[in-house]
Amino acid sequence: MSIALVLEQLLNGVQLGVMLFTMASGLTLVFGVMGLINLSHGSLYMMGAFICAYVAGITGSFWVGLLAGALGAGVMGAIIELVVIRRLYDRDHLDQVLATFALILIFSEGTSWIFGASPLWLDMPDLLGGSVSLPGGVTYPLYRLMIILVGILIAIGLYLLISRTRIGMRIRAGENDREMIGALGVNISALYTFVFAVGAVLAGLAGSLLGVLQSVQVGMGEPMLILAFVVIVIGGIGSIKGALVGALLVGVVDTMGRIFLPSLFSLILDNADATSVGSALASMLIYLLMAVVLAVKPKGLFPANA
Amino acid sequence: MRKLSRESWINSVLVLLLALAPLCASLLDEPYYVSLASRVVIIAMAAVGLNLALGFGGLISFGHAAFFGLGGYVAGVAAYHAFDGSYFIGGIPGSDQMPVIWLVAVLVAGLAAAFIGVISLRTQGVYFIMITLAFAQMIYYFAISFPTYGGEDGLSIYVRNSLFSLDTSDPLIFFGICFFSLMLSIFFTRRLMGSRFGAALTMARLNEVRLATSGVEPFPIRLTAFVLSAMITSGAGALFADLNGFVSPSMLSWHHSGELMVIVILGGVGRLFGPVAGAVVFVLLETFIGGFTQHWQFFLGLILLSVVLFANGGLIGLLAGRSRHD
Amino acid sequence: MTEAVLRIEKLRKSFGALKATDDVTLDLKPGEIHALIGPNGAGKSTLIAQISGGLSPDSGHIYLGQENVTGLSIAARAKRGLGRCFQISSLAMPLSVRRNVMMASQAVTGTSFSFWKQTDRDLEQLEATEKVLARVGLLPRADVPVAELSHGERRQVEVACALALKPKVLLLDEPMAGMGAGGSERLTGFLEELKQEVPILLVEHDMDAVFRLADRISVLVYGQIIAQGSADMIRRDPVVREAYLGTEE
Repeated sequence: MSIALVLEQLLNGVQLGVMLFTMASGLTLVFGVMGLINLSHGSLYMMGAFICAYVAGITGSFWVGLLAGALGAGVMGAIIELVVIRRLYDRDHLDQVLATFALILIFSEGTSWIFGASPLWLDMPDLLGGSVSLPGGVTYPLYRLMIILVGILIAIGLYLLISRTRIGMRIRAGENDREMIGALGVNISALYTFVFAVGAVLAGLAGSLLGVLQSVQVGMGEPMLILAFVVIVIGGIGSIKGALVGALLVGVVDTMGRIFLPSLFSLILDNADATSVGSALASMLIYLLMAVVLAVKPKGLFPANA
Repeated sequence: MRKLSRESWINSVLVLLLALAPLCASLLDEPYYVSLASRVVIIAMAAVGLNLALGFGGLISFGHAAFFGLGGYVAGVAAYHAFDGSYFIGGIPGSDQMPVIWLVAVLVAGLAAAFIGVISLRTQGVYFIMITLAFAQMIYYFAISFPTYGGEDGLSIYVRNSLFSLDTSDPLIFFGICFFSLMLSIFFTRRLMGSRFGAALTMARLNEVRLATSGVEPFPIRLTAFVLSAMITSGAGALFADLNGFVSPSMLSWHHSGELMVIVILGGVGRLFGPVAGAVVFVLLETFIGGFTQHWQFFLGLILLSVVLFANGGLIGLLAGRSRHD
Repeated sequence: MTEAVLRIEKLRKSFGALKATDDVTLDLKPGEIHALIGPNGAGKSTLIAQISGGLSPDSGHIYLGQENVTGLSIAARAKRGLGRCFQISSLAMPLSVRRNVMMASQAVTGTSFSFWKQTDRDLEQLEATEKVLARVGLLPRADVPVAELSHGERRQVEVACALALKPKVLLLDEPMAGMGAGGSERLTGFLEELKQEVPILLVEHDMDAVFRLADRISVLVYGQIIAQGSADMIRRDPVVREAYLGTEE
């Protein structure tokens, strides 16, 4: 097992991690500010990918598609916030779960109604089709490298938005005290719509970017959604920092586990068994990670309201 | 009091219709509808299990498909080994006897629920929802990536498992078995909720601090309820496997967990017969809207959304008035 | 000297730089009412939470009888005889008065892990509950949901729940708050009678009631006990007058 392979997988893990962060940050913001659990976040991810694939197909430009995917998901997010989500802030979590589950059904079936059951394909932009050589003898796809870069930019952008801007100050105020922010005369509904739409843009962006690496199909959002849940449970619900750390942890552990666990097991078991036991265990790894974190810190690594 | 008796009246009609429908279908020689009724009854039983945790205990488990699927897989794996005479890990033989399968299914699901519960019940609210969902997903992925029992393709049960000397392959007899199990699980829930344990569980849902101040630890009460709830659901899973002659990872999927919740909510949370009403409506929607369009879940989503936004209390609640059966 | 039923030794609890409980030592003897008074923000709630088990202290010990209960949970302390009433009613609102009180008697009349026998046929538990309800005068209201009761009646239910535990110690957090004059008069009489049976640690703002009821008073200011003694001593204590009573008048 060469160092190059380890490095490459590490980069893959980071790439998955930053995309998970892009998903999870929206979820955790919406929970932190509005106290809402939103299952339909995965649908926004899917919508982003579909819009991107569709627009890229028409215009022939991935970049226009990417922009449309992110903005389209943002507009969708704003619409469902206005029509459905804002009725749910005062409800209990059970109602929120059910209503957003209903949204998933509507979005998934609606999408397969419009686009049909077969997956769409999203081509990689020519500009990023190649690979680069990195130190350590790794050749790494340029596209994946760009994803990592975008993820880092998003993390920095969110940090600046929340810590340096007026809106960020309001978001922080809303996290700490929902009544106070009302008393300050801030227009809460507008703020909530904005926060929800930002989360949706990020989800749409992640969907569009990853749509190139996977196929664009109905149901692509939910595995991402559940991974994002694992991320924010590990990181601490409501904490952006927790989302970042949790996402990188989950991304790296999952990727490394899938590659290296089967070969690890082949040292003790014979080959066929090793592959099946190893891959079965690898698929459970991040959930076990979550269990361990929760056993030690029931509120996650960075509890938001400590 | 009048409202309560009205609710019992509705319940009786519901149960009677559910029992008579397959009898009529059988007389008219329509075995498909007998199986459909069995499907309703089994899904209702799975939801009765979830209702114990969700409705009576206030534990919003988004992972009950895990227990449903575990029950199914126990039936499937046991039958698989019994069929070709091979052995499970450690030389355990298979079995095609329902009582053995049920017992094992219930024990396996109970153990899984104890593990999941010990970790997830330390937390509350959104954490609990997400963690139960995540653990169910873990079991789902395990089933998918473990090739011995079919992996993604699932596992067939070639001959329906047997119960004493009954002809289980007769749809009506199989319906009878399912119906009896459902009634048993409802009766059990009713006894449970009237007992001291039920009083403690109700208090854990309504006011945890009051329960603790009364000298009862909330955690073991919740954990026990979660485990019992998983056991009922897994029993239904074992029956479901036998009904379809097939188990697959889709029984374990998060989508299924969501559907079980929807059924409990449609019927009315924390009402003894709510899950039955919910299951009837759900399967009817699935069958009849599903007959018009394969996108029936689009309409299910719309219906669910309106129920959540505008009609709290579910169907039995609409019919029997809002007051809940506490 | 009689053995104390509740003993708090050198209890400390800080939140960041704030010392909410600063080296508090006090005890409760059989047959007495020991009142804990102090201005708002003195740390009474924090202290009560530590005694009942909701908060764990940074250091110090709490004894119930002979037993060190410092590390035990709320439920474990309740089961060992620590009855408690809350400042803000903490009851199951949709349930009847009877169901609320029965919950408390359940822990003392047996296990909660009984799955078959129906509670509405459990004569022992029903009788125990009736007795307590009769004692606080709530029997006529037994089957009314708590949500429909007046504020004063809810306080009575709280007291009934605490009594149903057959407590060795009662922890009452502002039982008079929000009660009309008649109500608090009646409660005062009731507590006076009750203290022979169960000693009471009383947190109360109603100074008339405190001076009438309390055998001993501890004054808590900024997390510290600045004075402790009989009602007369406290009334005359210049430090107390300055720190606390002076500001009230």
